[in-house]
Amino acid sequence: MTTLSDIKSRPIYAGLKVDEYARRHLVAAEGEGARAVIEAFSMAPEALDRTTILYCPGGSAGQDHETALADLAPDLIHVAPSIETLLVRLKGMLNTATMGTRLYATGTEGFIGQVVAAAVGFGVDHHSIFTEHRGSLARRVQCVHCKGMTDNVTATPFTCSHCGLTLFVRDHYSRRLGAFQGVCVDAEEPGVIPPAEELYK
Amino acid sequence: MSGGVEILVRVADIEQATATVRRFTLAPLSGEPLPVYSAGAHVVVTMDDDGHRIRNPYSLISRAQDGSHYRIGVLKTPNSRGGSIYLHEKVCEGDELVITMPVNLFPIVRTGRKHVLVAGGIGVTPIYAMAEELRAASAPYEIHYAMRDASCGAFADELVEMHGDKVRLYRDDAQEVIRVDAILPHQPLGTHLYVCGPEGMIDAILAGGRKAGWPVENLHSERFLAPMGGAPFSVALAKAGITATVRSDQSLLEAIEEAGVDAPYLCRGGACGQCETRVISADGELIHNDHYLSDEEKASGAKIMTCVSRLKGRELVLDL
Repeated sequence: MTTLSDIKSRPIYAGLKVDEYARRHLVAAEGEGARAVIEAFSMAPEALDRTTILYCPGGSAGQDHETALADLAPDLIHVAPSIETLLVRLKGMLNTATMGTRLYATGTEGFIGQVVAAAVGFGVDHHSIFTEHRGSLARRVQCVHCKGMTDNVTATPFTCSHCGLTLFVRDHYSRRLGAFQGVCVDAEEPGVIPPAEELYK
Repeated sequence: MSGGVEILVRVADIEQATATVRRFTLAPLSGEPLPVYSAGAHVVVTMDDDGHRIRNPYSLISRAQDGSHYRIGVLKTPNSRGGSIYLHEKVCEGDELVITMPVNLFPIVRTGRKHVLVAGGIGVTPIYAMAEELRAASAPYEIHYAMRDASCGAFADELVEMHGDKVRLYRDDAQEVIRVDAILPHQPLGTHLYVCGPEGMIDAILAGGRKAGWPVENLHSERFLAPMGGAPFSVALAKAGITATVRSDQSLLEAIEEAGVDAPYLCRGGACGQCETRVISADGELIHNDHYLSDEEKASGAKIMTCVSRLKGRELVLDL
């Protein structure tokens, strides 16, 4: 059980539940998020003929979750080769979607964050997106110094993949970027670097 | 002052907009420009009716570009506790009033892709301001305005003049009703709806929104309540060491103020949450009339909104 952060921007993922009022369900899932989709939608099979699933196997490649998702028999399922291509498809759908569409996002935090950031760009209130964190605790982190983004960060501090600074990973989260903030850990005493801890595996 | 900074204004103009609605143009006594506000904001007007102090919230309709005046619209309500009657019957051009700084509990969501504005009767006042702000920002919007009959149309004519075919009017006397089930389903994703009007209408529109599958985050409403009268009761303020009687024609907040205690408030209409006060004990049943506390909080009996709620019983002890 992870303890809740004192930092208010730290996102909370309440878990997927099917909105019984929605006229359309748009589901974006990555990796182990497939299990959350299967659990939630098997409880509400009547919603499936109004459901679109966009799935990227990601870190769960080879586990064949895409077949299990297809077995749910949703109205439409699209398996994307990468998060980037999934987001392109998602944005196309958000652009033409109407109110009454409920958006769901599940998978790693980095993935959920990118889905939420894309949806906010189409006027969706982030509170209205149903989310569930599944899979790795790895974080997507922005270096606050060079602004470079590093995906799948599992330890703090870590080396920025862009500028090479040693960054401490904070719970401070940017919804706009869908990323946590990484700050230079040895700014006061250069070279004095605490041992890395694998906090986000 | 608990209600924030106050502004002294002079009634520069009174316009009888309909048989029951007057519009007041309020100019600052200081000559300094009135503060800019965002559409949906209201001010609380303080009135002194022969020593009987009344404070009511009214939505701002418009502000002159140069800040030389605000306009508010006031419906004369027969069961009013005096505020609207006072403004309709006693206030003349040239009179002075005190208003609070504008407060906005009903703002436009600026990240929204489109905005559906729904007004009923006098609820048009904040909607009028929102429509103007959206027009100025070239944002997509539409207006649905329901009124009793054509004689209620002062706002309607102006809305049509300014917003053209973005306005749809509905007249009760012609059995025209706002068809939520027709308006809501095909709006683009990211649309927000704002409704202001009679209680029953707000409830119906919001319920229609949920039925159409809209997230609650996209449904916005504002309703100011007049404090309801009731049987008198006693209030003890534990910190101040004062006991006072809340008369049947008085709100709890008004009785506290009359006793000389500067208690917190902002909207005085059960909407904003500023006057939330801890209940130490209650010899009787709390009558919660606000739209702020959750059902669980109301049931717990630990808090009360002093502006509109009261006690049905003998004595209420507050942490004030």
